[in-house]
Amino acid sequence: MVDARKLKEVALSRDEYKALVSALSREPNDLELGMVGVLWSEHCSYKTSKALLRRLPSQGHGVLQGPGENAGAVDVGEGWAVVFKVESHNHPSAIEPYQGAATGVGGILRDVIAMGARPVALLDSLRFGPLPASAHHFAGVVAGIAGYGNCIGVPTVAGEVYFEDCYAQNPLVNAMCVGLVRSDRLKRARAEGAGNSLLLVGAQTGRDGIHGASFASLDLDQDVEERRPAVQVGNPFLEKCLLEACMDLVRMPSVVAIQDLGAAGLTSSVAEAVARAGSGAEIDVAKVPRRETAMSPYEVMLSESQERMLIVVARGHEADVQRVFETWDLEAAVIGEVTDDGLLTVREGDEVAASLPIELLTEGAPPRRPESKPRPEQATILSLDFMRREPPDLSRSLKRLLGSPNLGSRRPIFRQYDHMLGAATLVPPGGDAALLRIKGTRRALAMTIDGNGRYCELDPYVGAQIAVAEAARNLTAVGARPLAVTDCLNFGNPDRPEVFWQLEEAVAGIATACRAFGLPVVSGNVSLYNESESGGAVYPTPIIGMVGLLEDYTKRVDAGFKEEGDFVLMIGASGNDLGGSEYLKVVFGQVAGRPPAIDLAAEKAVREFVLAAAQAGLLHSAHDCAEGGMLTAVAECCLLGGLGVRCPELRVEGDLRLDSAFFGESQARFIVSAGSRAMPELQALARRQHVEFELLGNVHGDRIVFEGQVDVDLAELRDAWDRALI
Amino acid sequence: MRFGVVVFPGTWSDRDCGWVIDQVLGAELRYLWHKDRDLQGCDCVILPGGFSHGDYLRTGAIARFSPVMESVAEFAERGGLVWGICNGFQILCEAGLLPGALIRNDALQFRCEWTHLVCERTDTAFTAVVERRQVLRIPISHGEGNYFADPPTLSRLEQHGQVVFRYADEHGFVVPAANPNGSMHNIAGIVNERGNVLGMMPHPERAAELEIGSADGLFLFRSLLDSGVKVLTA
Repeated sequence: MVDARKLKEVALSRDEYKALVSALSREPNDLELGMVGVLWSEHCSYKTSKALLRRLPSQGHGVLQGPGENAGAVDVGEGWAVVFKVESHNHPSAIEPYQGAATGVGGILRDVIAMGARPVALLDSLRFGPLPASAHHFAGVVAGIAGYGNCIGVPTVAGEVYFEDCYAQNPLVNAMCVGLVRSDRLKRARAEGAGNSLLLVGAQTGRDGIHGASFASLDLDQDVEERRPAVQVGNPFLEKCLLEACMDLVRMPSVVAIQDLGAAGLTSSVAEAVARAGSGAEIDVAKVPRRETAMSPYEVMLSESQERMLIVVARGHEADVQRVFETWDLEAAVIGEVTDDGLLTVREGDEVAASLPIELLTEGAPPRRPESKPRPEQATILSLDFMRREPPDLSRSLKRLLGSPNLGSRRPIFRQYDHMLGAATLVPPGGDAALLRIKGTRRALAMTIDGNGRYCELDPYVGAQIAVAEAARNLTAVGARPLAVTDCLNFGNPDRPEVFWQLEEAVAGIATACRAFGLPVVSGNVSLYNESESGGAVYPTPIIGMVGLLEDYTKRVDAGFKEEGDFVLMIGASGNDLGGSEYLKVVFGQVAGRPPAIDLAAEKAVREFVLAAAQAGLLHSAHDCAEGGMLTAVAECCLLGGLGVRCPELRVEGDLRLDSAFFGESQARFIVSAGSRAMPELQALARRQHVEFELLGNVHGDRIVFEGQVDVDLAELRDAWDRALI
Repeated sequence: MRFGVVVFPGTWSDRDCGWVIDQVLGAELRYLWHKDRDLQGCDCVILPGGFSHGDYLRTGAIARFSPVMESVAEFAERGGLVWGICNGFQILCEAGLLPGALIRNDALQFRCEWTHLVCERTDTAFTAVVERRQVLRIPISHGEGNYFADPPTLSRLEQHGQVVFRYADEHGFVVPAANPNGSMHNIAGIVNERGNVLGMMPHPERAAELEIGSADGLFLFRSLLDSGVKVLTA
């Protein structure tokens, strides 16, 4: 019987080991145990989350590829498909921020490349502990994203970042990549056809990153220093060459499949590609090009060396593929072939080192169904009464909010990212969503990435719905219609009942909102065990990546006010939604209350209104009303457009608090501006579509004024906003 | 006018340059592979932006030894038009075709943002249709764009009027606040004494259509299209 230390090393439980032995009817050898360990890790097997993920809608209009492949794909017309996926690289980034983030970017790029698509954009969702204590994480991660993305030459066009105590030990780094491919050239990573060759291409294999996948499936604990070698080192230059070589392969009919080597390296890459085709594979580790000597089969099979791909090539055409890689001075070694025996056989020369059923590897992990229970204090969090406090000075509150790290200008970050490469960026970072034209057409892709861990901490079901709703509003604010979703679920240790409950609730929330909006979830990733002994679990943080389409980019809008005298309108209605708000956190130092109410029908209605108005050319600007509420949104429109506003006193009715009207985070709202001639049509449209519509005031001068309530100098505000992250 | 765009491993502005030449201007385009010596009869050779050879060791330090660079040097020697953009400028400095060096930005960070350039030379093939002191809005994207030269080199550059572009404010005033990377004398682009080799850090190929923010970069491409004919018939 295997000893406990060995099981810990491969992160298998005693029960899982028993299941393995019974399925094999024998004891596995060390290599087999290592291979099963990584493939049965949460990171690769989704053994805890799989049943939940089935609840997400994955089909819908235009879906060319749903979950289960390297990335999802959706038809965007004129023969083009958009390919996209988000993935976490949280644990590596906690330990080595620069390389952790850089290799996260490298990994998500390869997922898109494997589909045959050329990556056209990167997005990132980041969470850190408060500044300045977490500055090393923050600076390192941003530099790592910049270092990889800029060098490989894919623009980083959008993202989000928030700072909260719960992420101090366990920052979150989620990277999303969007690619474009002609629909008829979309590749799928199915290792079909017995006798076809398996080629390992790109970087040589070293000892780096062994057990990275297992490591990602453990809590971050005191072993952090010991785990450092489990973080890989990125080489964006090599991946650029790999990218260009793969783009050449896409045109070759003899190339059967392209598969990324990510977590669990060669083991998972071969197993997954073979499992999709229901075939088998035999590989010889002696044929794997190495950068270190005396590597054991175990090390070769489990290495997570970056910038490698597996190519399945029709027998007899190996030399064609090798020639392409030679052009780029890259290795391309035939390491084995596809079989039809349903086994993954690993040889070292003539000796068989491992032989395992593919199905056991990819589907054999016993599903886990941890206990689910809301934590006892959940009720207290929800009902905490803060509403009796007197509202403080509104102007000062606005300055504090926009000068806080969560709402301050993101320019110090995105000016470190090349966001213009490709000459396609129509709406750059800093707005609601990025908008990139599809060159040679009038079409443009809108993209965004959003999440609100604080709302989810207070109510995961509502918070997750809000994440979907906000992403959809962001795309709408540039004039695009949402198409599909990719999600990344960042949670703590699911063996704790309250964490698993959060996961269940959040998945249900995403499913509910996506169904209501008709949005399929075409790809995604789960990252559990985001907690540490000293810091506890992170907020439940589901992240929504969303892509939308604008068929004629001349109809695009952005957030900045454009013209003196324009009317400023709020679309949608405000309620007493101060729970979980930035205002409550920044001004009162509290994270409490119920998150804002979510009304999915109202969300759809306001979005349809904004889309129709944008299509009709009635809008000069549009901006989502989100964190920081209405006044923050108006101020952002002013800062982006370089123009102030003059508004009469804001009247509040019924039991609506004045500070909630200004800073409450009620959903389903937009701030738009329009010229006077557009007003009658806008009013008629609002009436027809039953959308609430409030005239706030006019674009004017260089101050933000609500008569008798708010008066802030724009230059002063800009100063605070600009310095929030420096 | 036939444009040649050199592709090193790690180059990424090749496709953006190609797009402007081929799709926006409808001019003749050839991609030139770094391992080849044949410049395919191009009238202007562009060394585009990117991270040639990963910019490992030092920016442009490895690319300058490429076979194609031998031909580019001969071509420049014969008076051929050579245009280095961003990484291309760095390679030209490494190759000794332009004086000075590009060192790390003074902020020690990568910078991608719009800049304004004031044009001080309108008698070169690259700037023939630009007005003197005209301000062009063109973005930068680099980590090492801080132009540096020793004092004698710098004064020679100034005396001979080899500075073509300087970072300026939107009105064309050359002020410290408009300098995005710490470049000496706000230098954004220079030519060799003969005026046939231009190196610049900003990316005109990213400013060739209004929908992506500016079409000012076209002034450079159009200048070449105009003057190219003269070069060929001279």
